[in-house]
Amino acid sequence: MIAPTHQEVAALELSLSVAWRSVVFSLPPAIVVAWVLTRRRFVGKTLLDAVVHLPLVLPPVAVGYVLLLLFGTRGPIGGWLDRSFGIVLIFTRNGAALATAVMSFPLMVRAIRISLENIDRGLEDAARTLGAAPLDRFMSVTLPLMLPGLLAGAITAFSAALGEFGAVITFVSNIPGETQTLPLALYSALQEPGGEHAAARLAVMSVVLGLGGLLLSEWFARRVRWMLGR
Amino acid sequence: MSLKVAIEKRLGSFLLDVAFDAPTPGIVALFGPSGCGKSTTINIIAGLLVPDHGEISLGEDVLLDTRRKIAIAAERRGIGYVFQDARLFPHLNVASNLRYAQRRARRAPYVSLERVLAMLDLEPLLSRRVHRLSGGERQRVALGRALLSQPRLLLLDEPLAALDRDRREEVLPYLETLRDQLSIPMIYVSHQFDEVLRLATHIVLMQAGKVAAEGGITQMSLDPKLRALIGPDAVGAVIDGTVIGEDAASGLTRVRVGNGELKIEAARLVAGARMRVQLLARDVIVATRMPHYLSVRNSLPGVVTAIDDDGTGKAGDLGSDLVSIDIGAGASILARVTRAATRELGLAVGAGVWALVKAVSLRGHSFPAPGSPAAPSPVRSAAT
Repeated sequence: MIAPTHQEVAALELSLSVAWRSVVFSLPPAIVVAWVLTRRRFVGKTLLDAVVHLPLVLPPVAVGYVLLLLFGTRGPIGGWLDRSFGIVLIFTRNGAALATAVMSFPLMVRAIRISLENIDRGLEDAARTLGAAPLDRFMSVTLPLMLPGLLAGAITAFSAALGEFGAVITFVSNIPGETQTLPLALYSALQEPGGEHAAARLAVMSVVLGLGGLLLSEWFARRVRWMLGR
Repeated sequence: MSLKVAIEKRLGSFLLDVAFDAPTPGIVALFGPSGCGKSTTINIIAGLLVPDHGEISLGEDVLLDTRRKIAIAAERRGIGYVFQDARLFPHLNVASNLRYAQRRARRAPYVSLERVLAMLDLEPLLSRRVHRLSGGERQRVALGRALLSQPRLLLLDEPLAALDRDRREEVLPYLETLRDQLSIPMIYVSHQFDEVLRLATHIVLMQAGKVAAEGGITQMSLDPKLRALIGPDAVGAVIDGTVIGEDAASGLTRVRVGNGELKIEAARLVAGARMRVQLLARDVIVATRMPHYLSVRNSLPGVVTAIDDDGTGKAGDLGSDLVSIDIGAGASILARVTRAATRELGLAVGAGVWALVKAVSLRGHSFPAPGSPAAPSPVRSAAT
């Protein structure tokens, strides 16, 4: 009764794998978007800001539906990916990662942006006078100083990705072993008669995972603060 | 190699319009009250700010010429910068901060890591984390880091302003060492005249975004604009003298200035060494005859060349005059005398006088002769 079934373990593994991928793939664009929004002035900046934040205010199901339209095998992007590279996102775990990445993107951008705004620009000027060109400056000064924000953003996004439900089920459906992540498995267990034990086990897993994530992020944050001497 | 600057920049209602040629090597002080545009000027020289119009050249190299649309990026100018707040990288320790500069140096090294560590006593700090450094240590590391980028010109933006008095005294000798041992030209921004006095060879006096006056430090110490800026108590001639030797009877150092001689408390100076002496106007006593029966050790003969109001704004006999006295060999000193005394002594332009100064009120600073960067180790200021 206590031991999780094969299918439940698969859901756990899938959740971790989907969350991990969504963070890895959304981190670089999140850094670029956060940097552009903090440091650049251009026409349409407000619009970009709004679009990035859209997933926060839309119903997740609506986001899943938009993804379906864009990335479905007949959608403009999905069709092109399928024809050119044979990449199918719909009903696959990569699609689940895409859906969670889109949903957690604004959280990541916000965390990175705050850390960028807190960086003393004077340090970048100092790097300039020492001969560091723009990209060198970014890699050697800006990025290391952004590290606390990057970590905070990544861990928040990872946790949010573990719990994403609406966008995933709408975009890639609920296929055990392929797209059935923890929350989806939990939902399915509750739909079946006599699924209470399974639901309880999945809920406990979610709690342990969430708590572990929070503790880990706190530990990381402290270490990084110590490294930066704050 | 000389630095030529002619720049114009409007910032809101403030207009910076500055032009000067800095003789190099040596330390040029950009001196002036807060908000007069000193920092803006060196930020433009460094390339961190872009002026509306202007030209900057260093030797043969044009760094900026707005008319020809030349603007070399800050990272390619080869100009070192020591900021008021040090700006050490907090994610790196001291050694890595130094290495950061060393790795990115764009010119053949003229000063080695070993030499920098030795000149600035940085060896014990190398493994230290930046936030564990005191204010003075931070500035020493920042100096070392700037030097290791092998700059052709070093800009220092009030590097001692954030430090308390004791810390300033701790860092100043290091700056003197750099001046005396390296032939790198420096621009030193400050609003503290005592720092300028100890370090600079040339002063560019700035006021409200313009160059109000410029010149060598001896000449500038007599300038009315500088006098107005530093206040009557700090006014005093700065004269360059030559050490004659030690006075056997008193143990004081004999220094030739003008046609006379001063005895000064100063340690470890060899005959022939150059020494810069400041005689504060308020410490100089004027006599119309060679005085006797006085404890004063120093009396210089001279001729009154001008009598001005001292600028304190007090009327009648409450006020005092600033008497300029030519002491020969092209040197002049200033004495602050009450107006009543001026009248009673009958002081007038052309009058022969004796200027008296107590030895203990003199400050001597060793100073390298122009064009010879290698000089004996700096001597701390004498009794004050």
